[in-house]
Amino acid sequence: MLQQKLPELVCPAGSLPALRAAIDNGADTVYLGYKNDTNARNFAGLNFDHKAMVEGINYAHARGRHVLMAINTFPQPGREADWHKAVDGAADLGVDAVILADIGLLDYASKRHPDLRLHLSVQGSATSYEAVNFAQREFGVRRAVLPRVLTLAQVELVINNTPVEIEVFGFGSLCVMNEGRCWLSSYATGESPNTVGACSPAKYVKWEKSPGQMSTRLNGILIDRCADNEPAGYPTLCKGRFEVGGETYYALEEPTSLNVLEILPDIVRIGVSAIKVEGRQRSPAYVAQVTRTLRAAIDELGRGLDRFKVKPAWQAELSKVSEGVQATLGAYSRPWR
Amino acid sequence: MAGGILESFPTLTIPRFRLPAFVSAVGNRLPQWPHAVVLSTGLNAVLKMKLLPEDSLELLEGRSFLVDVLDTGGRACFTFRRGLFRPVFTPPQTPDLAFRANLSAFLQLVARQEDPDTLFFNRELSIEGDTELGLIVKNMLDAVEWPKLSRLPVFRH
Repeated sequence: MLQQKLPELVCPAGSLPALRAAIDNGADTVYLGYKNDTNARNFAGLNFDHKAMVEGINYAHARGRHVLMAINTFPQPGREADWHKAVDGAADLGVDAVILADIGLLDYASKRHPDLRLHLSVQGSATSYEAVNFAQREFGVRRAVLPRVLTLAQVELVINNTPVEIEVFGFGSLCVMNEGRCWLSSYATGESPNTVGACSPAKYVKWEKSPGQMSTRLNGILIDRCADNEPAGYPTLCKGRFEVGGETYYALEEPTSLNVLEILPDIVRIGVSAIKVEGRQRSPAYVAQVTRTLRAAIDELGRGLDRFKVKPAWQAELSKVSEGVQATLGAYSRPWR
Repeated sequence: MAGGILESFPTLTIPRFRLPAFVSAVGNRLPQWPHAVVLSTGLNAVLKMKLLPEDSLELLEGRSFLVDVLDTGGRACFTFRRGLFRPVFTPPQTPDLAFRANLSAFLQLVARQEDPDTLFFNRELSIEGDTELGLIVKNMLDAVEWPKLSRLPVFRH
């Protein structure tokens, strides 16, 4: 019989149709953001205005699901009011929690809206139970999203030493795994997720076709060159190929997706509260595919952790939508320290 | 299948296919203006139903778009000016934005069966020109809430 509580499935929504796709395919919770730089997926035309927010929240709540609002960028000097306004707006809209990264904003939210549930964003970069407990003690944070740098054993160590719920990533594109502290995009463009809410903003990206190949440039810097049938990744510096010591290769990281299907029973055993799917920038089709697959897998877990077996159809569905030719367990399974 | 215009046909899946080379060889020699007219008319119908967000539409003003269906040899060039999509009969050398893919990929996109990023990663969809404009168009189409087919004007009597 089921010993542990099954983790909540938290899915991305960059638009109303994506939100509906998540809910209709079995997400327990969706996360979303405003159409501005208060969240880390501030892409042209993406995200929710007030009207869409209201409609989305109603759609989820009418079906007994939860909505989290990501306000997970860092307030920029002189514009703190924009971030405060976003937190106030979230509280007024009646979201179930806000996902924050900045300590000043956590302080504001906890004082101004004591009843608003606070989650610590992955951008907050809390990797130890001391950091998580600090956020709980100072601001009453109820849940922390762990950066994708910890092994499963390290995640367990955090869980065993904190009253705060722990959320981990279960599927999606992997970045250089330095969440909340990465400045590579700023190095090339002067803009980064923490400052403007976008990594490698589209206005700096150019794809150039020439016979037999495609070149990718970020702010004029050549970051990759793909042959016609070679898979491509997101146009970020970390996923570029560079010449190092006379060899050209993925010097920082190969485009890769995280996929935890194989270790789902372990994730439940160690007491993870929620599993997050990356990809607010993706389309409703992706959200539907990934949500449906993870829902089926988590439901299967409910029939007994020991009986759980990954179905090939799930892997096929997830690998199809993956960035990069390989899906990995990321840092969760890492023999070295 | 969630939300797509074909959601009334949940069992309909569009396979990945590539038309034989002679199709594009013929298609390339056919006049291209009908494609542009049909596509602009279709987009204007969507526009009329107020399915496209105004703030994104503003950003399309005066820009030129090319949809290139590689395996049919069909190309449609259009622009958005003063509130309407308009066919462009003499396509510019380099349009502001060009989407190129085989017919199956375009159909999968329209049906919301596949995600454009997925198709891009797999090199089934190429985006050239103003990347940000591409993102605006992609996100605008993603945000469209297609009414149920029965509520489309064509099906109303």
